[in-house]
Amino acid sequence: MEIIKTDIAIIGAGAAGLSAAIAIAETDPTLNISLISKVYPMRSHTCAAEGGAAGVSKPEDSLDKHFDDTVSGGDWLCDQDAVEWFVEQAPKELARIERWGCPWSRDEEGNVAVRPFGGMKVERTWYAADKTGFHILHTLFQTSLQYPSIQRFDEYYSTDLIVSDGRCQGVTAIEMRSGQLKAFAAKCVIIATGGAGRVFPFTTNGAIKTGDGMAMAYRAGVPLKDMEFVQYHPTGLPGTGILMTEGCRGEGGLLVNKDGYRYLQDYGLGPPDPWPRNKAMELGPRDILSQAFWHEQQKGRTIKTPHGDVIHMDMRHLGEVLINERLPFVRDLALSYLGIDMVHEPVPVRPVIHYTMGGIDTDRQARTPLDGLFAAGECACVSINGSNRLGSNSLTECLVFGREAGKSVIDRITTMSDADTTLVKQQRDKSQSEMADLFMRENTGESVSGLRREMNDTMESGAGIYRSADSLNETCATIASLRERFNAVTLEDKSNVFNTDLIQALELKSMIEVAQAMAHSARRRDESRGSHQRLDFTERDDDNFLKHTLAGYRGADAPSIDYRAVVITKSQPAKRVYGGAKS
Amino acid sequence: MSERQITLEVLRYRPESESEPVFQSYSVPCQEEWVVLDALNYIKDNLDRTLSYRWSCHMAVCGSCGMVINDNPMLSCKAFLRDLPDHIRVEPLHNFPIERDLMVELDDFMDKLKSVKPYLIPDQPVAEEDGTYRQSSAQLKKYKPFAMCINCMACYSVCPQYGLNEGFVGPAALALAHRYNVDSRDQGRRAREDVVASNTGIWECTFVGACSEVCPKNVDPAAAIQQTKIASTVDYFKDLLMPGKRDKSGNAKQAAGDGA
Ligand SMILES: Cc1cc2nc3c(=O)[nH]c(=O)nc-3n(C[C@H](O)[C@H](O)[C@H](O)COP(=O)(O)OP(=O)(O)OC[C@H]3O[C@@H](n4cnc5c(N)ncnc54)[C@H](O)[C@@H]3O)c2cc1C
Ligand code: SF4
Ligand code: FES
Repeated sequence: MEIIKTDIAIIGAGAAGLSAAIAIAETDPTLNISLISKVYPMRSHTCAAEGGAAGVSKPEDSLDKHFDDTVSGGDWLCDQDAVEWFVEQAPKELARIERWGCPWSRDEEGNVAVRPFGGMKVERTWYAADKTGFHILHTLFQTSLQYPSIQRFDEYYSTDLIVSDGRCQGVTAIEMRSGQLKAFAAKCVIIATGGAGRVFPFTTNGAIKTGDGMAMAYRAGVPLKDMEFVQYHPTGLPGTGILMTEGCRGEGGLLVNKDGYRYLQDYGLGPPDPWPRNKAMELGPRDILSQAFWHEQQKGRTIKTPHGDVIHMDMRHLGEVLINERLPFVRDLALSYLGIDMVHEPVPVRPVIHYTMGGIDTDRQARTPLDGLFAAGECACVSINGSNRLGSNSLTECLVFGREAGKSVIDRITTMSDADTTLVKQQRDKSQSEMADLFMRENTGESVSGLRREMNDTMESGAGIYRSADSLNETCATIASLRERFNAVTLEDKSNVFNTDLIQALELKSMIEVAQAMAHSARRRDESRGSHQRLDFTERDDDNFLKHTLAGYRGADAPSIDYRAVVITKSQPAKRVYGGAKS
Repeated sequence: MSERQITLEVLRYRPESESEPVFQSYSVPCQEEWVVLDALNYIKDNLDRTLSYRWSCHMAVCGSCGMVINDNPMLSCKAFLRDLPDHIRVEPLHNFPIERDLMVELDDFMDKLKSVKPYLIPDQPVAEEDGTYRQSSAQLKKYKPFAMCINCMACYSVCPQYGLNEGFVGPAALALAHRYNVDSRDQGRRAREDVVASNTGIWECTFVGACSEVCPKNVDPAAAIQQTKIASTVDYFKDLLMPGKRDKSGNAKQAAGDGA
């Protein structure tokens, strides 16, 4: 069967895709859902999230405080109507998955416990020890198994959206075990394919985070929003990039340079209290912490290792009991992969690419500008994260906007006619012949791994923590030539069954397109804001850049760049204040 | 960073061109701190683009990279070269049909996982909208170890029962059933018993314990099965002695729902 008729196709089965699927299945069991994923749902990268998920729960906290932290954390590039909705829904969604069995850590009264997180004024991060994403993902996946209307297509790799008559009518996907190209004829499609950290060489992101969904939407004419904003997490293990959760600092971990000095006090984050003060020192936001590392490095105050410079995260004072209770997974990771036991030694860490704030342009209801197409999770840009996401907002975002996408689909689908199957078939055949070209191509010497390496290198050197017009120009030029050269890429593997050479080639295509949108968006933003720091424009410039970047696909050419105003409801742009000075 | 030349002997199987699996050797220049997965990635990127295997997280949590490495089922992303000799044999997990190279077919497990109803089945769901259950840390501790399963399939690879009788529900799925059975918020044990205590469920297990030995996440499926056996036996006698004296969930009355 080449054409699969379905009401709704959901691409991606991480936290966002599963939330959407369950929301639809619960609300209207008569709607048929095809849940498509290039890996088994429990392999989705949501499983790697460690620290927790934010939602107001303490009496001393309030929705306004969560709103303020998120908006100032994002350096006022967040759409405030979306943030208002987000903080309001957050505790409800976290409670919902508690009722579905998520093993949240508890306080003495048996209520769900919360821990402090970077850039958050009050403790509001719900956690399941240090494997929060893993437990959320398995809870969602296992819960989804009770709904017969959710039909899974595991290990199906989506290649393209099917668009005609101004609406999305489905998606093509390769059934990896047979190599056959199928087409899903769907009334509505939700993209929930996660982030694109693999565009960079050193990342906490798993192999699957290649930005496929972003690239699919982009090629179908939906803009990619704010792609220049890519988050570095300040504490990854050198060599592997394995994450040491922000929960380490939430529990009281300290960052020191080669002299044992808590250098963050030199970057407006002091005073250096011995205890964790919220929104200060080690609990500052990720962009500022990663940038502080860069400055320490310039000053020669970092520590040299074979895997690049590091600083130390010291957790010895927390003691073995607390570490084993709250941070057992990261203790094991540091011990196994680095031979460092955090109970007895400080852990070497360095900034590492972690999260894509930008993504598919959606509104507060997870709708894209293309009728019938919705997006949620890390692949989408609503935007609640602005120019810098606060840690622990993202898992919650997947739940809130995954459900929102489900609700919007239900609203839309009632008046949506069936997809045009003749057209879907034509599209499938067209994609099939493109794939055949790739298969048949004679060896030109261009390999997937070679091009990928070059893409990784140019993104790191030109679009890293600090950027400039010169570095970005060079990266834009390199990416343009890589796109050109990709047209000559050849496959060594010509077989059908689980051809991972083919899949990696298609993933590389997505990544190069996404990388191009990132580099051009960054090149045009002549200011410094949040995670986007320009050496040649060091200040935030609200007059010219308090607006979202929209990168539009233009075939083989570089993207078009347009802008849209940021939605401001109640918080006027101000200076971000961290440290003990004001809060 | 010291370099070490390692020979990887990898089981290859391409169903379109080979009638049976064959070993293929690769000589790989490895860094001492690498894991086996890094060596496989080196092969894929530099020596042979046709090798297929599953991986994603590279941090022992997604469960996709389970393989048999020098006879032991392991996560290849956590199989350190420093612990292995210069000659390493890599095979797909045992007891599963090979789909291609190091990839095995998981359909059977996915069906079995679903069959044990791995989701909360509460008697009295929390009443208030947006509310949560209370659960003490002690109650959490009771099921948490069994909730750590990453579905890596190492336990099935060594389970003698699963090898003999593919109908056997198997260690990980039974451990997950147990995870919900002992969760203070759940009263679904009766609903799960059809499968769990059937002739393909817990009673098939001969308690060899190999599953628990190889589990990279210390889930201890053997203990889960043993505890389930005891609970089911108690049920059985209770039914004989005091018919109707249990609540419909199958839990003994006093144990059910405390703290809910
Ligand atoms: C190490 C790490 C730790 C983190 N810790 C935290 C934390 O503590 N708190 C927090 O809030 N956030 C955290 N994050 C961020 C957060 O985990 C992610 O943003 C979030 O899980 C993304 O979920 P998702 O559902 O959008 O995508 P994913 O979980 O990445 O799922 C993507 C899905 O899309 C599918 N897919 C992709 N491409 C295709 C295709 N072409 N065809 C078919 N299917 C496809 C995949 O198979 C997968 O099912 C962390 C991230 C990392 C990497
Ligand atoms: S019980 Fe252990 S060995 Fe078995 S699948 Fe789960 S994590 Fe793997
Ligand atoms: S790659 Fe995820 S467990 Fe090994």
